[in-house]
Amino acid sequence: MDTTRLAIDLAAILAGGAPLVIAALGETISERAGVVNLSLDGKMLLAGMTGFAVGLHTGDVLLGFAAAALVGALVAAVLCLVSLRLRQSQTAVGFVLALLCTDLSSFLGNPYNRVSGVAVSHLPVPWLADIPWLGTVLFDHTPVIYLSMLLIPAAWWFLFRTRQGLVLRALGERPAAAFARGSAVVPLQAWYVVIGGALVGIAGAAYTLDLKQGWSYRHTAGIGWIALAIVIFGGWNPWRVALGCYLFGALQTLATRWQGAPPGILAEIPTQIYQLAPFALMILVLALVNGATNPAVARIAAGLPEPLRRPALWALGRLSVEAPAALGQSFVRP
Amino acid sequence: MSHPTHVPRWRAVPLAPLLALLAAPGFVTVLLWLSGTPVLATWQLMLSGWASTAATRADTLMLAAPLLLCAAGLTITFAAGLYNLGIEGQVTFGAIGCMAVMRAFPDWPTPLLWTMALAGAMLAGAIWAGAAALLRRYGRVSEIFAGLGLNFLATGCVLYLVAGPWKKSGSASITGTEPLARELWLPTFEGVRLAPVAPALGLLAIGVVWLVLARSRWGLEIRAVGINAAAAERLGVPAAQRMTAALAVCGALAGLAGGLQVLAVFHALVSNVSSGIGLLALLVVLLVDARPAWVLPVALTFAAFAISAFKLPLALQVDSSLGGVVQGALVLCALIARALVVRRT
Repeated sequence: MDTTRLAIDLAAILAGGAPLVIAALGETISERAGVVNLSLDGKMLLAGMTGFAVGLHTGDVLLGFAAAALVGALVAAVLCLVSLRLRQSQTAVGFVLALLCTDLSSFLGNPYNRVSGVAVSHLPVPWLADIPWLGTVLFDHTPVIYLSMLLIPAAWWFLFRTRQGLVLRALGERPAAAFARGSAVVPLQAWYVVIGGALVGIAGAAYTLDLKQGWSYRHTAGIGWIALAIVIFGGWNPWRVALGCYLFGALQTLATRWQGAPPGILAEIPTQIYQLAPFALMILVLALVNGATNPAVARIAAGLPEPLRRPALWALGRLSVEAPAALGQSFVRP
Repeated sequence: MSHPTHVPRWRAVPLAPLLALLAAPGFVTVLLWLSGTPVLATWQLMLSGWASTAATRADTLMLAAPLLLCAAGLTITFAAGLYNLGIEGQVTFGAIGCMAVMRAFPDWPTPLLWTMALAGAMLAGAIWAGAAALLRRYGRVSEIFAGLGLNFLATGCVLYLVAGPWKKSGSASITGTEPLARELWLPTFEGVRLAPVAPALGLLAIGVVWLVLARSRWGLEIRAVGINAAAAERLGVPAAQRMTAALAVCGALAGLAGGLQVLAVFHALVSNVSSGIGLLALLVVLLVDARPAWVLPVALTFAAFAISAFKLPLALQVDSSLGGVVQGALVLCALIARALVVRRT
């Protein structure tokens, strides 16, 4: 494969993964604060549909994104109200919201089905886009894709290098300790879940206003569920989460490549399978990565002969991540 | 599911669904009004559409049947504290298992073939649920995500079979296999699509599940694991085994639902054989807080809504997803109402 082709592929992966990155980082913030927001897929659909409709009526892409962020934040606020304030199971509320928002997007989005609308315009970064090779990969995209790339270091820096980030993580690990230190646990959690929801909303609009321009029934094809899985695969760390998103993007690119393969065994498989394969593979990877946290695997690694043992243990240590300790448990004020 | 232990459960029973019944239609009405949909006509159709003809009444029962089977299974997994989101894939695999038996042994006498096909469906569903249980136990993937991944995989498998080895001869269609011969359909009333075996099995399943959960030692252990797995383990209940078993039983019931979809509804293996029935059953079980006695009326109601909603596009040019909106709003409102009722007592 020549290098130009590689640059185009890498650029496609960065672009294709952009909504997934934004959504998964939104969920990472929410889960680091201790709240599972299972509604992600439906929220993304409803926000994407709203963003498209608002963009169509106002002719303003930015307003579309704002509306999408607002919808994502509102759905997240409902989750907070019912799970944090009224203390219903986060899983149950999130699941119901996921289905409800999906159907709402189909019902309300019916007039916009396959209508052409507005879209984000292409914006190469001046000068940087002219750098050979690297310019094609990194600096020849739409603003949404730059946002997704900037969001990764920003989220990491906020979570791991700021005081607020420390408090946020404490909410997910030891809410009682955060409470004792004077943090208003539930309002703060709600705030971060709403911010995460707004990001997911923006991710939805990134589909309808940028990557898969337009709106159709169940536009995201289940990508929201994969975003949830990638947050786990990424060990709640923005860099690894982003890596997971791009891995998924690469799998999808590969799948489309095979789909166009010359006649032979690969071309005889129906195209729908290629669209589904990345989802199944992602779960497999998730199982392998999570399997590394299994004590039995650690015992096997410890029993390996010497030249293999240290790298194996090192790899396991890097792979195994524990979830935030209080994830999914709504905090009760002592 | 967690219950606040200080409140007697029976006190929360009738009030919560009643409050939800008031709030949810309010939300939907506002939604209809805002979206410029004829409010009264839409509600009229949503509430009575299912009863308009003998055919739609039969369709309602035939939709309620797999819904009951799945909800019965999910009642067990919920009692064990598990969210079996993989149920869609278990229904799909049940359908595959059923079709595999039907294709493998065409010479068997029909009643035997039906029995074995449905047994095959249950086995296939249980195996698919077992895969989720294994991933949970050894891969430490939550059953929610293991199930979701397996759902995608099951859809891939059925598409492969329908488009590949089990392809309809002389057609590139991927919607379904060749239909079964008429004499291989489960006994069906002439004129309407009602095969009474399906609803009967649904009723039987929910009854047996109620009996097992409420009256047997195994059911007690399942519930103990659901409330506090660590405590159950201390008392000598093998928690991981019980969870695996709960998932497998749920998978078997979901598989049976899938098998019935093949033998009694579609009379072929179609690519969207589960068509959201498992997820709808999850909503049913969430609405009734996994109480088996309430599953029957709610499953019937949800089936009626779904069948009515199918008539919306033709009659009023309204999207049929409104049915899902009504169901989702009801469950969300029920969760809220339940919290409010429990707090006040």
